[in-house]
Amino acid sequence: MDWSQSLRLIAPEETLSFASLVLLLIAAWGGDKAARLISVLAVAALVAAGVLVAPALCGGAMGVETYAFFGQFKADAFASFAKVLIYISAAVSIMVAPAYFDRFKAMRAEYPVLVVLAAIGMSMMVSATNLITLYIGLEMNSLAAYVLAAFLRTDGRSAEAGLKYFVLGALASGILLFGMSLTYGFAGTTSFDGISASMAHGLSHGALFGLVFVFAGLAFKISAVPFHMWTPDVYEGAPTPVTTLFATAPKVAAMALTMRVAIEAFGEQAHAWQQIVVFAALASIVIGALGAMRQSNIKRLMAYSSINNVGFMLVGLAVATPEGISAMLFYLAIYVAMSIGGFVMILMLADENGNPVEDLGKMAGLSRTRPGLALALAMIMFSLAGIPPMFGFWGKFLVFKAAVDGGMIALAALGFAASVIGAFYYLKVVKIMYFDEPADVVKGQSDIWHKLVLVGSCVVISPLGFLLTRWLGHLADTAAAALFSGL
Amino acid sequence: MSGFPILSLMLLVPLAAALACLYLDAKSARVVALVATLVDLALGIVLWMNFDIGGAQWQFTERHELFSGFSYALGIDGIALLLILLSVFLMPICIGASWNSIEKRVGEYMAAFLLMETLMIGVFAAQDIFLFYMFFEAGLIPMYLIIGIWGGADRIYAAYKFFLYTLLGSVLMLVAMLWMVHTAGTTSVPALMAYDFDPQAQTWLFLAFFASFAVKMPMWPVHTWLPAAHVQAPTAGSVILAGVLLKMGGYGFIRFSLPMFPEASAYFAPLVWGLSMAAVVITSLIALVQSDMKKLIAYSSVAHMAIVTIGLFAFNPQGLEGSMLVMLSHGLVSGALFLCVGIIYDRLHTREIVRYGGLAINMPRYALFFLLFTMASIGLPGTSGFVGEFLSLGGIYQASSWTALICTTGIILGAAYMLYLYRRIAFGDQKNADAAAMADLDVRELLMVVPLGLAVLWMGVYPESFIAPMRADIAALDARIARAKPEGDAKLAMGKEKPAHEEAAHEGAH
Repeated sequence: MDWSQSLRLIAPEETLSFASLVLLLIAAWGGDKAARLISVLAVAALVAAGVLVAPALCGGAMGVETYAFFGQFKADAFASFAKVLIYISAAVSIMVAPAYFDRFKAMRAEYPVLVVLAAIGMSMMVSATNLITLYIGLEMNSLAAYVLAAFLRTDGRSAEAGLKYFVLGALASGILLFGMSLTYGFAGTTSFDGISASMAHGLSHGALFGLVFVFAGLAFKISAVPFHMWTPDVYEGAPTPVTTLFATAPKVAAMALTMRVAIEAFGEQAHAWQQIVVFAALASIVIGALGAMRQSNIKRLMAYSSINNVGFMLVGLAVATPEGISAMLFYLAIYVAMSIGGFVMILMLADENGNPVEDLGKMAGLSRTRPGLALALAMIMFSLAGIPPMFGFWGKFLVFKAAVDGGMIALAALGFAASVIGAFYYLKVVKIMYFDEPADVVKGQSDIWHKLVLVGSCVVISPLGFLLTRWLGHLADTAAAALFSGL
Repeated sequence: MSGFPILSLMLLVPLAAALACLYLDAKSARVVALVATLVDLALGIVLWMNFDIGGAQWQFTERHELFSGFSYALGIDGIALLLILLSVFLMPICIGASWNSIEKRVGEYMAAFLLMETLMIGVFAAQDIFLFYMFFEAGLIPMYLIIGIWGGADRIYAAYKFFLYTLLGSVLMLVAMLWMVHTAGTTSVPALMAYDFDPQAQTWLFLAFFASFAVKMPMWPVHTWLPAAHVQAPTAGSVILAGVLLKMGGYGFIRFSLPMFPEASAYFAPLVWGLSMAAVVITSLIALVQSDMKKLIAYSSVAHMAIVTIGLFAFNPQGLEGSMLVMLSHGLVSGALFLCVGIIYDRLHTREIVRYGGLAINMPRYALFFLLFTMASIGLPGTSGFVGEFLSLGGIYQASSWTALICTTGIILGAAYMLYLYRRIAFGDQKNADAAAMADLDVRELLMVVPLGLAVLWMGVYPESFIAPMRADIAALDARIARAKPEGDAKLAMGKEKPAHEEAAHEGAH
């Protein structure tokens, strides 16, 4: 393990770090006039990082040669899978931003730079094999995210979202740190392998407390019930391009981090956290679905929908098998496509003056005034509800297949039954668009980038997505195998 | 013909037309939809002509490993063939029924119907259990839109009820499917049909599948979505709902529940009989007091479907063949009856029975066809209704004579509510001036009801055409479930022969 190899392994992060510093300098001298240029360069940097990550993903990298910096960091296929999703989400949230911020004359040069900085943090989160790396990555992402949430400085809702996100995020970090310190105290090491080794022969009470607090902190980050309360407020208040980012990249990162901590650090004591995860999964599915029913703001609805989806993904983790992890990764990939589609859709809903339309009532009869948009949103809604032949069905199918194969049939049956509750509010959106008399509010012209991204994500979630199952399934399987290779 | 992917083509034609309809104006969308459904009908006839009776059990098979976890596998046996024929036969009639009555968003409407056709054929042709599930579930989306957009006043409630009821049933079935695939190690339907699951597990699996199929069927007491959906759906929506969608439940029983869980099916047979008896009597009585024509026919559908379920769970070839024929006949007859309702609804825009009367005077041709379908619904000999109901009831008599006795009252009650309906609409005085001024059937309407009438008579006079393709499959199914066959209480004996011979003799008599 020499330095040159370590530096080679973190090439994607180096690229992004270098790019973000250069872009910061351009921003400092060029000002907001350079925002477009910086956006283009930031997307280019994310694409380059994605290309650098690809070999590890396709080659199924795993084992000791993926460790960098003496076991602090791991660039295996699992991390690469998550990184690709993170970079795609970050790039999309940069691409869709200018059209939105221009309306408020708030397209500032810092936006793409902050997104890239957050992406570096998320990259570290998914590669962390040590509690310290984990925390640095998490905070690097979070600090950038707090600023992004409050990015529309003139808008009270945005400032409120930033503040709420900051206070609750800090609380979550505190809980996580407390859990980490207990774990360190009882395991005597901060490395995941060391923690796993120390727990191989039983779990002391103190270490159990550490485990519970670590999972509570992580539940905050993935917005699983009962730590979900910040999600609707932050999603609603943050500028929509930022919400697009929040719903996708940090979710992927936190979810991947949770998987790695659960399997690599606490894998020896899986039964200790499985019940926590089962509870969080079912509670998230039910509360996410019930909470969404009464929402009249589509961003809040999508927030509850994301809580609901997190619940379904956690079903895969609860099984604690490679099949379950693979199913979760596949679900994450589909979820990213659905969320990007959903939020870009929201970005495109604007009235004739270009102001955003977020009220569900104002979308009434959209199928008659804007049939294309309505069709896309209906596809996204049916996909989120998991109705075949939409591709969203496949994610749910895989996690529940893993649950059944892992012997958790009751969990699968309950989860599926609860998904029917969720179907109700997705149907409500379709009902408003297709059955109600037109309100004729949505009249704005759409940005070309929004259209392209929407069409792209709709192709993925359409039945054509099933053609991806072999290829993507193989990638998810190797990624899951990499996560379990250390055991 | 072997090797040519005719089933895929039958799926593709309506799908392509559906996509095209989304972009077309009203006039061309109608034409495209009609042409596509007629092409599919022609393909269906080709399928029937080339179906080798007495040949391999699964014909026209296609298999492509396009996906991970399940495969694109199609293939049909005689049972699926008949139900596909029913679907493709009813579809052009549905398009015809919507020709003038649908005025808003015609392109989307036609697209939804064509999509439905693809999915229905897919359900009957799928040979992979997950592919089947996808087609089965996906049908909810277009049907939800059809009821919700083009339905009547209370359409939104009906659309929700339809969607959520059927979804809840289906997701439990999916869990059972996942377990079955995990245990048996295959997703192929023919392989699963031959796999012997542990009888203990069969109980749970049966209940999970039952939750889905009983709702789709629909069986009493989970039938309440059906009248709501029927009343609110446009005419063609009702035709396709009663004609084909309800058959998915029966098809599910005959393809999955019976062959895959024979022991559990026998164990739960008394439950099915009980629910069917209750359904026949209760829904027939409810039908008797309806003042809304569509609701009356919807409740009669529930009663007829109960005859299907008793036939299926009679565990003998007569019952199975009978229930298949009831399904086919009910598909034609209830579709035709909804069409008859739609024809006068288009003229007067009310479904209230009391608003009509004496239509035989001003609409003689209409009254003739309505009478034919009424008689077929009652089960008059010579019409399709008789053959199936007779076989079903004959089959169940061997298994449970009490069930047969009570279910037969359904025929009497059926005659009561149908004749009462017919009397109030077609006979008597012309009470309302606007109803008396209605014009008789025009050419378009004749083109829809004449083929249905001919099919009803064909099936009634010479049912052999329809029994022949499925005879071998029914025999195979009967052999499969023979080991769990419940002992009947009828103890039928012909002369001094034993019951086993009686069956054999019956087989030969066909």
